[in-house]
Amino acid sequence: MSVHSGRLAEIADEERTDPPYLYPDYRSTERRAPRSPLLIIPHTVSETTGPAFGESAVEEFDADLTRQHAGEPLGERIVVTGRVTDHGGRPVSNTLVEVWQANAAGRYAHQVDRHPAPLDPNFSGAGRCLTDDDGRYRFVTIKPGAYPWGNHPNAWRPQHIHFSLFGRAFTERLVTQMYFPGDPLLEFDPIFQSVRDAAAQKLLISSFDWETTTPDWCLGYRFDIVLGGRAATPLERR
Amino acid sequence: MTLPLTPSQTVGPYFAIGLSRRPENELVPPGSERAFTLAGRVLDGDGVGVPDAMVEIWQADPSGEYRPDFGWGRAGTDAEGRYSFVTTRPGSVEGQAPHIVMLAFMRGLLKPVLTRVYFPDEEANAADPVLSGLPEDVRPRLVAAVDGDTVRFDVRMQGEDETPFFTL
Repeated sequence: MSVHSGRLAEIADEERTDPPYLYPDYRSTERRAPRSPLLIIPHTVSETTGPAFGESAVEEFDADLTRQHAGEPLGERIVVTGRVTDHGGRPVSNTLVEVWQANAAGRYAHQVDRHPAPLDPNFSGAGRCLTDDDGRYRFVTIKPGAYPWGNHPNAWRPQHIHFSLFGRAFTERLVTQMYFPGDPLLEFDPIFQSVRDAAAQKLLISSFDWETTTPDWCLGYRFDIVLGGRAATPLERR
Repeated sequence: MTLPLTPSQTVGPYFAIGLSRRPENELVPPGSERAFTLAGRVLDGDGVGVPDAMVEIWQADPSGEYRPDFGWGRAGTDAEGRYSFVTTRPGSVEGQAPHIVMLAFMRGLLKPVLTRVYFPDEEANAADPVLSGLPEDVRPRLVAAVDGDTVRFDVRMQGEDETPFFTL
C-alpha cells in the first residue's frame, strides 16, 4: 500500500468519473465548492469501515412508493431495479438504498419547492430498501416529472430519481441521480453535464427493461450501481 | 474485471423528504453518561450558513471499536446552517487519536466533502498518524473547539480558514 500522507492532491482525480467540485455552469458550486487542493491521508480503519443497517431500517411499503397512502398516486407506474456491485462485479448485499423524487407533475413534497405544479396527496416520493444477497434492489414508483429551477433562464431538470447508498465503507458512500433514456433535457442540464466523460454519463442513465416490464401493469427500468474505489488502496484500484 | 464507478451527483435541495424523515442525530440518549453535543455550522464562501446541507458522521465506540450498529449519524442543517449530534467520545483506534469522520453533502456540491473532527484536549493528537502527516498550519483546523458542554466544529467550504478536506 502506498501512503501519500501530507502530499497535496489535485482536485481532479483521474481514476474516478465524479464531477469536479467547481462547475460554473451549475451556479451554486461557485460559493460552495472547496477551493484548496484536497489532502491525501492514509486510509485507516476509520475510512474503510462503515455502518450497516438491518431489516429494522425498512418498513412495509418503503420500497413501493405507490402504496404509502390511502389511494394510488397519479402518473406512469414504473419499476426501477438493478444490482449494486463493487468494481469487481461482486454483489454489495444488505446495503441500504434510499430514493427520493418529484411526483408525476414535477413537484416535490417539500416545503422549499414552490413550483406551481400540483402536489399529490397520495405520493410522498421517498423510499428505501436493502439489497438482497445478489446485490439487487427493487422499487415500485411513478415516473417523476421534469421541473424548472433557477440556475439559468428557462432551466429545467430532466426527469430523475435521487439515490443514496452506503456500501461497505463510509468513504464508499454514494449520493447520485438516476436519469431516463432519451430525455431531451439531459443535453442542457448542468448537473448531468458536470460529469464530463461521455461513457461515465451513460452510467447515470437507466435502461428500459423488458424483463421487469410487467404486462398490463407497468414499465420497467434498470439501473445498476457500482460502488467502491474510495476505500480501496491505489494499487487495488488499478 | 474493473467496472467504472457510478459517478456522484448533488444531493440537491430536497433530500430531507428521503434522508431526514426520522431524526438520526442522536447516537446516544441526550443526558446519558458521557454524552456530549457535537455542533457547528456549515458555511459557504460568503460566510453564510448553508440551510440545506446534510452532515453525516462515523466514529468508533468508547472502547475504540468500529461497530456496524453504532457510530453513524446524520443531521440536516437548519435555516442558519446549524447541525448537531448527541454522541459520546470515541476511543483510540489503532494508534490514532480519538476522532470523528465527517461527510457533508449539499446543493451546489457535486460530490461530498470528507474531513475529520479531533478533540482539543487530547494529548494523543500529537502522535496521530493522520494529523502528523499533514502540514502544520492545517492541523489546528481539524481540531474542534469546546464551548461549555458542546464540542464545536464548523465546516467552512471556502475562504482563508477553509476546512481541510481529504480525497475520497
